[in-house]
Amino acid sequence: MDILNAIVALSNFVLIPAIAYGSQLAIGALGVTLIYDILRFSNFAHGDTMAFGTMVTILFTWLFQSMGITLGPLPTALLALPLGIAATGLLVLGTDRMVYRFYRRQKAAPVVFVIVSIGVMFIMNGLVRFIIGPGDQRFADGARFIISARDFKAWSGLNEGLALKTSQAITVVVAVMVVAALFWFLNRTRTGKSMRAYSDNEDLALLSGINPERVVLVTWLIVAALATVAGVLYGLDKSFKPFTYFQLLLPIFASAIVGGLGSPLGAIAGGFVIAFSEVLVTYPLKKILGYLLPESLEPNGLVQLLSTDYKFAVSFVILVIVLLFRPTGLFRGKSV
Amino acid sequence: MNAASKEPFLIGRAMTGGYGKSGPDILHNCTIAVDPGEIAVIVGPNGAGKSTAMKALFGMLDLRQGAVHLDGVDITHLSPQERVVQGMGFVPQTHNIFTSMTVEENLEMGAFIRRDDFSDTMAQVYDLFPILKDKRHQAAGELSGGQRQQVAVGRALMTQPKVLMLDEPTAGVSPIVMDELFDRIIEVARTGLPVLMVEQNARQALAIADKGYVLVMGANAHTGTGKELLADPEVRQSFLGG
Repeated sequence: MDILNAIVALSNFVLIPAIAYGSQLAIGALGVTLIYDILRFSNFAHGDTMAFGTMVTILFTWLFQSMGITLGPLPTALLALPLGIAATGLLVLGTDRMVYRFYRRQKAAPVVFVIVSIGVMFIMNGLVRFIIGPGDQRFADGARFIISARDFKAWSGLNEGLALKTSQAITVVVAVMVVAALFWFLNRTRTGKSMRAYSDNEDLALLSGINPERVVLVTWLIVAALATVAGVLYGLDKSFKPFTYFQLLLPIFASAIVGGLGSPLGAIAGGFVIAFSEVLVTYPLKKILGYLLPESLEPNGLVQLLSTDYKFAVSFVILVIVLLFRPTGLFRGKSV
Repeated sequence: MNAASKEPFLIGRAMTGGYGKSGPDILHNCTIAVDPGEIAVIVGPNGAGKSTAMKALFGMLDLRQGAVHLDGVDITHLSPQERVVQGMGFVPQTHNIFTSMTVEENLEMGAFIRRDDFSDTMAQVYDLFPILKDKRHQAAGELSGGQRQQVAVGRALMTQPKVLMLDEPTAGVSPIVMDELFDRIIEVARTGLPVLMVEQNARQALAIADKGYVLVMGANAHTGTGKELLADPEVRQSFLGG
């Protein structure tokens, strides 16, 4: 019984939240890795692109709610998501036309692109705060739980409850769909293969008649979709706040680099590595150990290895360890 | 037969130029031509401008003088990409395959500009290079040097080019693999496809060449059939080590 309680507590407080958070990071990191692969720079504006997409989705969610349109038990935001993706697509394509294309024609060094993307980041950041404000926004509606802790306790008779939030289940389902669609696109379609070819060997891709501007356009659209999906899922699971999304840049970059920059598979693996480490290290394990260890060994403290305030440190420690021992990341991406 | 069709199928005539807008001239009044069914080989000492001459034909540098004609059409001002569409197949010396993609995907990317069904062409490439068929689902970067060159040539053949240009196809492969590659290139040429190549291994290359160009300092030094050049005492003395 104690072991069951420990498993349930671990699932409830660590596994389920980490899987959801890991999926969100993975989708975010996929966007970063695609930009790195095709446009060959680290896009610091990615977190704020996520914020923009989420903001548009929230505005449309509110509009739908005021019109009385809902999805029943599912969050209305799912209905607004395509509109958010479309708006974000327009935003990044506009940015590419006005900013990045100029530097691409100059054949600017990657480091110049990085600095440029930081400028874009500040603009997008300001735009989002200007429109929706810097405060916290909650926009999740519909059923909050698929399994609530109380129901689970009553059903199982255990001391520990297991809760599964709707947002967590949606996150995992959507993440699986998005990743499957992306890999199918990259590996099976002509356009997807031409993107991989362009990323592999730009000169030869040109010789083969692949149009670089088209590759760049498709990449931005995919990245806009990934960023918006990641942002909306994170916002549904937690809440939306522009500053939080800016901060998400850190674990997202850590995920992409840990997995191997430029490797889509690595971005996914990296997302889960970062999420699990972050949740595990900042969660007080006292309760779980209490169930597992004999009474005499029961810990006195919380057994929380790190305060949640330091959760970003976890990403960086893992980053440093990976870069020291395997500089190209777990899935052999490009070295940074 | 009009006048244009009497000139060679692909000809770079009296080419003078270098890299960039203001770079020094590397080629001086250099002429290279190739006809269907022929293998034309450009040889010469290091730094003679062999690869540059080929790149000039392919539009990778600005010509200050001279012209490039393909099948009687002036293509001097076309970009390399446009020349591919016009029917030029080019195999660069290095970075000539997509290493992270499978052999089959490499061939598919070679046929990117084609909107028709290219499975026949792919079957022909597999007939020419049977080893590629066995390894078609393997990443091209995992293959040996000789096999990679086969992928590179196969990729260029996928557009069904009207002329095939190879920049040092045997660079860095063993002598046995080199012989095999040359055999394949002869096979390609026998189908009527004009083949132009730049080679370091001058003796072996001239042995299979219908036409040879010896370049020195970016200019034509000797021109003739492969046999003539191999027999020419001056060419032997200066380039073939006696």
